[in-house]
Amino acid sequence: MSDHPHDHYAKKKHGHDHRDHAPVEQRDEGPPSEYEIMSRAMQELLEEKGAVTAEQVRRRMELFEDELPYRGSRVVAHAWTDPQFRKRLLEDGKAACAEFGIDLEADRLIAVENTPEVHNVIVCTLCSCYPRALLGMPPTWYKSTNYRSRVVFEPRAVLKEFGTVLPDHVSVRVHDSNADMRYVVVPMRPEGTEGWSEERLAAILTRDTLVGVTVPRVDAAGQT
Amino acid sequence: MTPGVLTQGAPPSPSSYAPAPGHRFEVGDRVAVKRRYPPGHRRTPYYIRGKTGVIERICGAFPNPEELAYGFDGEPKKVLYRVRFAQASVWPAYRGPARDLIEMEIFEHWLEPA
Repeated sequence: MSDHPHDHYAKKKHGHDHRDHAPVEQRDEGPPSEYEIMSRAMQELLEEKGAVTAEQVRRRMELFEDELPYRGSRVVAHAWTDPQFRKRLLEDGKAACAEFGIDLEADRLIAVENTPEVHNVIVCTLCSCYPRALLGMPPTWYKSTNYRSRVVFEPRAVLKEFGTVLPDHVSVRVHDSNADMRYVVVPMRPEGTEGWSEERLAAILTRDTLVGVTVPRVDAAGQT
Repeated sequence: MTPGVLTQGAPPSPSSYAPAPGHRFEVGDRVAVKRRYPPGHRRTPYYIRGKTGVIERICGAFPNPEELAYGFDGEPKKVLYRVRFAQASVWPAYRGPARDLIEMEIFEHWLEPA
């Protein structure tokens, strides 16, 4: 794992993504795959029947890229600054998000809290269930067989690969997101963040901290 | 298994997601996951079948995924629990401390009292 403290979203949030103007390197190569053809055909049929419009599909894709990945950080930053909201988030994640203006649609959310005694980490061993309405699309490693098969039986070794070393007195609590609920970790707010705005707090609440493979670090906040 | 490891921490509040009036187990009950291997779409991971844990919370009643997967309506709904297991009881060769836990969602018909 990279020891670079920024992840993609943290960089984007702070406008330091220097690849914004990089030339497009990826090109479509070869014929479309079977799944691309099926998906395209399905969309065309649905448009033909008037069930969806191309604009709705486009808007959905835009949401997935531009809005959904940042929701989780904002919700948890709010929970860090408002103890009553934090309590409601831990009691009923979906209702708390709705109150915060975020509609999780079909997702049922369980927020799990890190404490000095407990560290939570999330996986889906059966497929790649992920709180998409809160974190966007899952990263490639989350969907990998390596992560999915190993984090359940050697979580400490996997966390160490992400740079997260936990002492033995901390209980590692693995959540297999195997059925109808989705999960988000509420990390511990690090020292040195007193008086920070929610926006600044959200910047250290990177995707990986909300899945639980790492913990928020003050040095990850917005330096170039 | 370390006594109390499965019941540490405050019990979570009841979920308001989907009421499950007819549920068979309560938070804190010891349950065993059935060691069965029927074919078809199951949301009960193989590695947890036959293992014993404690009900962590009742998630509510949800359409049965074993029916949904084949185009049926998933009715009647099944009660879904979160079950907490000690890692050491799930993996005989687990190398971490006895306090490490693994939790997942198990439908009622996969559980029996332990």
